[in-house]
Amino acid sequence: MAENNVYLPEPMRIVRRYNLIDDVRFFQVRPIEMEKALSLNYLPGQFMMVSLSGVGEAPFSISSTPSRPGLLEFGIRKVGVITEELFKLKENEIIGVRGPFGNGFPIEKFEKRDMIIIVGGLGAVPLRSLLLYTLDNRDRFGKVYFLYGARRPNEMLFLREFLELKNREDLNCYLSVDKDDTGSWTEHTGVVTTLFKHLKGIDPKNTYATVCGPPVMYKFVIDELIKLGIPKHQILMTLERRMHCGVGKCGHCVIGSIYTCMDGPVFSYWDVLHMKDLI
Amino acid sequence: MKVLKLKKTNLNSYLESLRVWGEIYGPVRQGEKYIYGLLDDLDKLDTKMLRTILPAKKFLVPPKFNTFTFDGHNYKAELQNISNRIVFGVHPCEIHGILILDKFFLERFPDPFYQERRRKTAIFGLSCVPDDKCFAKSTNTHFVESGFDLAFNELKDFYFVWVGSSLGDDLVRLRLDLFDEDIKERDLKEFMRWRSWRDSQYKLKLDLTAMPDIMELNYERPLWKDFGDKCLSCGACSMVCPTCPCYNMRDQLKPAGKAGERQRTWDSCMFKPFAIVAGGHNFRENRAERVKLWYTHKLKAFITEFGKPACVGCGRCIDTCPVDINVKTVATALKGVK
Repeated sequence: MAENNVYLPEPMRIVRRYNLIDDVRFFQVRPIEMEKALSLNYLPGQFMMVSLSGVGEAPFSISSTPSRPGLLEFGIRKVGVITEELFKLKENEIIGVRGPFGNGFPIEKFEKRDMIIIVGGLGAVPLRSLLLYTLDNRDRFGKVYFLYGARRPNEMLFLREFLELKNREDLNCYLSVDKDDTGSWTEHTGVVTTLFKHLKGIDPKNTYATVCGPPVMYKFVIDELIKLGIPKHQILMTLERRMHCGVGKCGHCVIGSIYTCMDGPVFSYWDVLHMKDLI
Repeated sequence: MKVLKLKKTNLNSYLESLRVWGEIYGPVRQGEKYIYGLLDDLDKLDTKMLRTILPAKKFLVPPKFNTFTFDGHNYKAELQNISNRIVFGVHPCEIHGILILDKFFLERFPDPFYQERRRKTAIFGLSCVPDDKCFAKSTNTHFVESGFDLAFNELKDFYFVWVGSSLGDDLVRLRLDLFDEDIKERDLKEFMRWRSWRDSQYKLKLDLTAMPDIMELNYERPLWKDFGDKCLSCGACSMVCPTCPCYNMRDQLKPAGKAGERQRTWDSCMFKPFAIVAGGHNFRENRAERVKLWYTHKLKAFITEFGKPACVGCGRCIDTCPVDINVKTVATALKGVK
């Protein structure tokens, strides 16, 4: 019975960790058993529950792509009791992980379509999963735009990785900061919506836009996407709530009639208009 | 379904003989009220009880229990210590509550802790006569067809005993000598008379149909603020509701070392910290929003997901809420009638 216990954490080893920015740390983990590591399956946009015995559990977006099996990656900000303890752990230490949970992005619907991935700040964590997935399966998708805005250069996650992606001919990658306080920033300046002018040749009715960022960003980004003519149900965002069990039981992530941990965290702009209190 | 007769005078000897299978719980008086208590002595059993403080959900999801014991990163599920129990005296509305919990906990990601307790708990239903707080007839939960192992329907001298499961059948067979399979026409007539009399005893009528639409239309109306201003956020409504399933998890370390327990305790969306996320943002900071969520979930969300409201008309919220916020007052306010 314990084998099927949805609450049972799987022991995983931290194989790599380093700071992405000041208070956000990258964690690469893998199930201790090789077979389990290779059979990990999930969707971009899903999350895992990370368990530290004696401290508790918390949900984290997956930042790696299922197209590169074996490792799970997270970008975790030190913000609460569990992350405080998590930041004390070193390589080779063991954590408990269960999942994946949530609906994730409807990848199959994106096929043959153009895609715009719009990121603000920490939103890079879940959308990196989608971006890498798209690139690993590049022939299945139309044009791909990646627009990422952060406040300052030293607040941009995965900066070196994304700068390298700019060299790819099959991806349109634009990075922007609100303010350059380093003097050495070579990319764009301005809020993320100022990058919209670079979108060229997309077919709005055949485009999916995915958005993740701080709450203040959504309104401006969605306005721009609607102006472009992208249908409301093709604008997708991943939302935050207090996912505590991951399996639609404990109730903490409930919004009206839905459980964010099962019915979300990916919702369309139509969902937001249709179901109250989502954002 | 198999139906048998059991003489009322034989009830206690029948229950007594079930101790070989498991512990027996049933309605027991506690001060002014009733609880489901351990029937170590069957004289404590009070079959006239109408409403226990806590519903029978406490047997399937205890208010507090350990899900796992752990030592470092080794977790062991706490399923071995769950033993057989019989809960006698569960009224039809509550059995409907259990059926709702079954859907909730056993479909889509089955909950092993619920599953194991459900499997080891025999539910013995008992017919009841409503008071002015019961409205199970309105919610169509005043009779049961499933969800129990045995269901006792009290008539003048005997019970009709419906056998609702394979386990129920086994438990009848332990004392087949006490049961009578010969149902006579006059027994049937007595039952029919009782049934229509009992139906007529429901004084409180609450029509909950169309609630999803009505809730939607009321979403921004000030009535929620009025209820919010009154609400004490005590969470008693959630504790006594047969269908409120929400819980919290917390780890408890033993002194010195890495061993401890992962505890699961009842929680309520009426409590202020319920929707707080790391970093401190609270998605339902004010009471009006929390009251609205409770009733949205009960009267709208469940209808959307399971086709019927998560209210079984037991009247516990009416009996319990110290400031008169309950399904009756909320549904009435939503409909804009006095």
